[in-house]
Amino acid sequence: MTANQAMIENYRNSFLKEVEANVEEGEWVKMCMQCGVCSGSCPLGKFWDHPPQEIFMMIRAGKRDQVLGSDSMWMCTSCYNCIVRCPRELPITHIMHGLAHYAKRLGLVPANQPTAKFAQKFWDNLMAKGRVNELKLGLSLYFMNGFGEGVKVAMKNQKLGMNMMKAKRMNPMEIMGGHAVQDLSGFQKAIKKAAELEDARIAQPGG
Amino acid sequence: MADEKKFAGYICTGCGIGERLDAGQLETTAKRDGKLAEVKQHEMLCGKEAIQMIRDDIANEGITHLMLAACSRRAKVEAFTFPEVAISRANLREGVIWLRPDEDDNRETTQEMADDYIRMACAEVKYMNKPVPSGEQELNKTLLVVGGGMTGMTAAVEAAKAGYPVQLVAEEPELGGVWTDLYKRVPFQAAAKDVPNGRDVDLPQPEDPGVETLAAEVAANDKVTVHLNAKITKTSGAPGRFSVDIGTESGGTATENVGAIIQASDYKPYDAGQLPEFAYGKTPDVVTGFELEKLAKEAAGGPIKRPSDGKEVKSVAFIQCAGQRSDKEGHLPYCSGFCCTESIKQAMYFKEQNADCDATVLFDDLRTPGAAGEDFYRAAQQAMVTFSKGKATEVVADGGLKVKFKDLILDEDTELDCDLVVLATGQVPNVGPDPYAQLAVEEAEDEEEKAKAQALLENAPPSILNLDYRQGTDLPQLKHGFVDSHFICFPYETRRTGIYAAGPVRRPMDMKQAMEDAVGATMKAIQAVENAGQGRAAHPRVGDLSYPTFRKEGCTQCKRCTVECPFGAINEDEQKYPLFNESRCRRCGTCMGACPVRVISFENYSIDTVGQQLKNVEVPDEFEEKPRILALACENDAYPALDMAAQAGEELTPWARVIPIRCLGSVSLSWVTDALNSGYDGIVLMGCRRDDDYQCHFVRGSAMAAERMSKVGDTLQSLNLEPERVAIYEVAITDTKRAPQLINDMAETVDKIGMSPFKF
Repeated sequence: MTANQAMIENYRNSFLKEVEANVEEGEWVKMCMQCGVCSGSCPLGKFWDHPPQEIFMMIRAGKRDQVLGSDSMWMCTSCYNCIVRCPRELPITHIMHGLAHYAKRLGLVPANQPTAKFAQKFWDNLMAKGRVNELKLGLSLYFMNGFGEGVKVAMKNQKLGMNMMKAKRMNPMEIMGGHAVQDLSGFQKAIKKAAELEDARIAQPGG
Repeated sequence: MADEKKFAGYICTGCGIGERLDAGQLETTAKRDGKLAEVKQHEMLCGKEAIQMIRDDIANEGITHLMLAACSRRAKVEAFTFPEVAISRANLREGVIWLRPDEDDNRETTQEMADDYIRMACAEVKYMNKPVPSGEQELNKTLLVVGGGMTGMTAAVEAAKAGYPVQLVAEEPELGGVWTDLYKRVPFQAAAKDVPNGRDVDLPQPEDPGVETLAAEVAANDKVTVHLNAKITKTSGAPGRFSVDIGTESGGTATENVGAIIQASDYKPYDAGQLPEFAYGKTPDVVTGFELEKLAKEAAGGPIKRPSDGKEVKSVAFIQCAGQRSDKEGHLPYCSGFCCTESIKQAMYFKEQNADCDATVLFDDLRTPGAAGEDFYRAAQQAMVTFSKGKATEVVADGGLKVKFKDLILDEDTELDCDLVVLATGQVPNVGPDPYAQLAVEEAEDEEEKAKAQALLENAPPSILNLDYRQGTDLPQLKHGFVDSHFICFPYETRRTGIYAAGPVRRPMDMKQAMEDAVGATMKAIQAVENAGQGRAAHPRVGDLSYPTFRKEGCTQCKRCTVECPFGAINEDEQKYPLFNESRCRRCGTCMGACPVRVISFENYSIDTVGQQLKNVEVPDEFEEKPRILALACENDAYPALDMAAQAGEELTPWARVIPIRCLGSVSLSWVTDALNSGYDGIVLMGCRRDDDYQCHFVRGSAMAAERMSKVGDTLQSLNLEPERVAIYEVAITDTKRAPQLINDMAETVDKIGMSPFKF
């Protein structure tokens, strides 16, 4: 049974309860009064399939697949406009990130979702040396959508890269593995421990 | 009056009147044209010294009639109160100098204006008498409360607290009325001030309904006499001396004398039988909110059972606005204003008992009035009640229940399965028959309207008050059958003086509002009792002692006064002469304006007091090119608007002569005819907004006037005058720029069409 199927079994009748129990700040969703100020305040709102007000309504309507498989919460740029304006003081930004995280956990992220892809690349990059290798991260983004396009983007930014090197803002040698944090194995141990704790928490009922 | 009349005039020269006007000439005018024997000037007439001077003159010289030329009659009212004499006031400050520019060019016309106002005030006071109570009045402090619900009980307790005995009449066998079945009530208080806007904070919860507690309080109160299973079979008399027959179930009748009446007959639940689309009546598992209270009360804290099979309800859907806010046939067009919080409360009944019970509220606009409203909504959200913005279209009952609805946020048609459906149905006012139902049939303009009016007349509910009035047995209704009056300016007032409406019979409302309403109406009833005891008028001419009388030998028994009185104050005697009940009278003068033979008058307001004013204005001949425009301005809104225009420095044409009147309804067509015959060039009538969204302080006065004046065209035609010379306007108290402008517009019209040919 996949993690997703397990959750479906647990919360068969109430997606809202599932969200309450599993999504960061999910307990707030029931307090939404559907005024729509969040949707109206979101600078990227018009690019979302379902603005926050709708997401909250869909959670209550039990539209589990549509919500967790949605592209919408991945569109949040954390500008915090919605949080500032919500008359009920819901931490909407955090709920959006919480939903994205939960969807990721259950393997329901839409394929090729750029934010999700970037987040994964960032994480992988960070994990390798305990710090972000900006050169590698930048290049991996250039080539995210295939080799041809990567070359094109790289050529376009050639001048910028040269200037950064001249100004010593970018070291081309970082391409050779790059430098790590002082105690890399300590860092990796800490991360591993955190992952264990998180898994244990999730495994608990209502984790 | 048999006593000798002695007139005196006083002219104030303060507030710039002395500088702008020639006071000596004003005095001469008062003496020569106004025929006043004694005229004095003072530089501050409202000051202590001058007031004492007037008092001394009244005492020593035996003055009976005063002409005060100073500010508007609406200013310095307290200072210029001399109860022992009749008083007229010439408005020189707001009426003249403040409305006219202070320039040499204008001095002559401004002075003419002031001289005319002096002449008018002198003429007016000659035809006035000091109003005295009729002697008909009585003081009876007992109040009758009709209705044993929370509204009625609150009114009774509040009246008793204030020291007024109460007779409480309830149709039901016990106190509580429509609220008797309540399991719990919507909380009365908001969350504590320091409770933050969080999700796990302490919020108000459903609370004990308090019906039994209040009923016990009523029963224990020795100032309150309760009549249960009782109906009012007859109400006659007037404020201060109502006689009420209370019929009991056993057939006996008790007669009680009361000073004022509070109708707190509450509401009737809307008949959900008119909602077949929601399967009401098809299955017992579709209930109204009122019926759910009974189920909850029976469950007494245990699981609420499904009526069909007695199984515990595991999922429930509330359909808001069921048969309400809809223009469909048989539906209520209005919002009942209490059902959202009721459904919130009822959804919490289920959650309280079983947190896993699915409770969904399908709403369009969730309206949560009251102090606790929004907090209470949050409390239900905390308890995981699901609120879905959706419009239910159908309930399908085949085995289970399926609610079909349109989700208005997600914009899709969807459905929901549940064990029980609760319809949030509305309040229908519990009123008697509309006293004007018969009139509506007679006055219907087309067949469709007539059929509608006829249906209303035939399906009229039984009477509640059984008033022995010329104009019907019950309180007149305003909109949708509610017996409301103007809800902002004069709540609780009805069109039957001394009878006040409280609670949902006035407009739909929840219990808390109904209880607050009861307190308000009780205060008004106490006021009415005390005023009636002294022969004083109730709202809006509070304290007025004048009352209408008629010259019987001139009366033609045409019945126009008895039909047109907006307050049903006039009955008919055996010979079909009008029978005035001055305690029921609001002193608007609509009867006076209606009387075709001009036999109705008040001591201080009559055909003559106004007619002589307009006749005593000096109308210059045609060649002087000084037109005269008569403005009859309602004292409630239009005249104050003109006063405020003066304060704001607006300008008024020097040709205008403004006479305040009690209500446009009191305007006699003879004034218009007289003015036209005397050579006035234009007439402007200014009253309050009429008809549906009326602001007329006498409800129908302004509308009556408009109807009568529609016939003024004939008069103009017979005189061969242009129809533009008479204009009638609705003026609000806020129209400070527009009110003088309307008169100025008439001056322009006269300029265009030329002067009246009737000058001599």
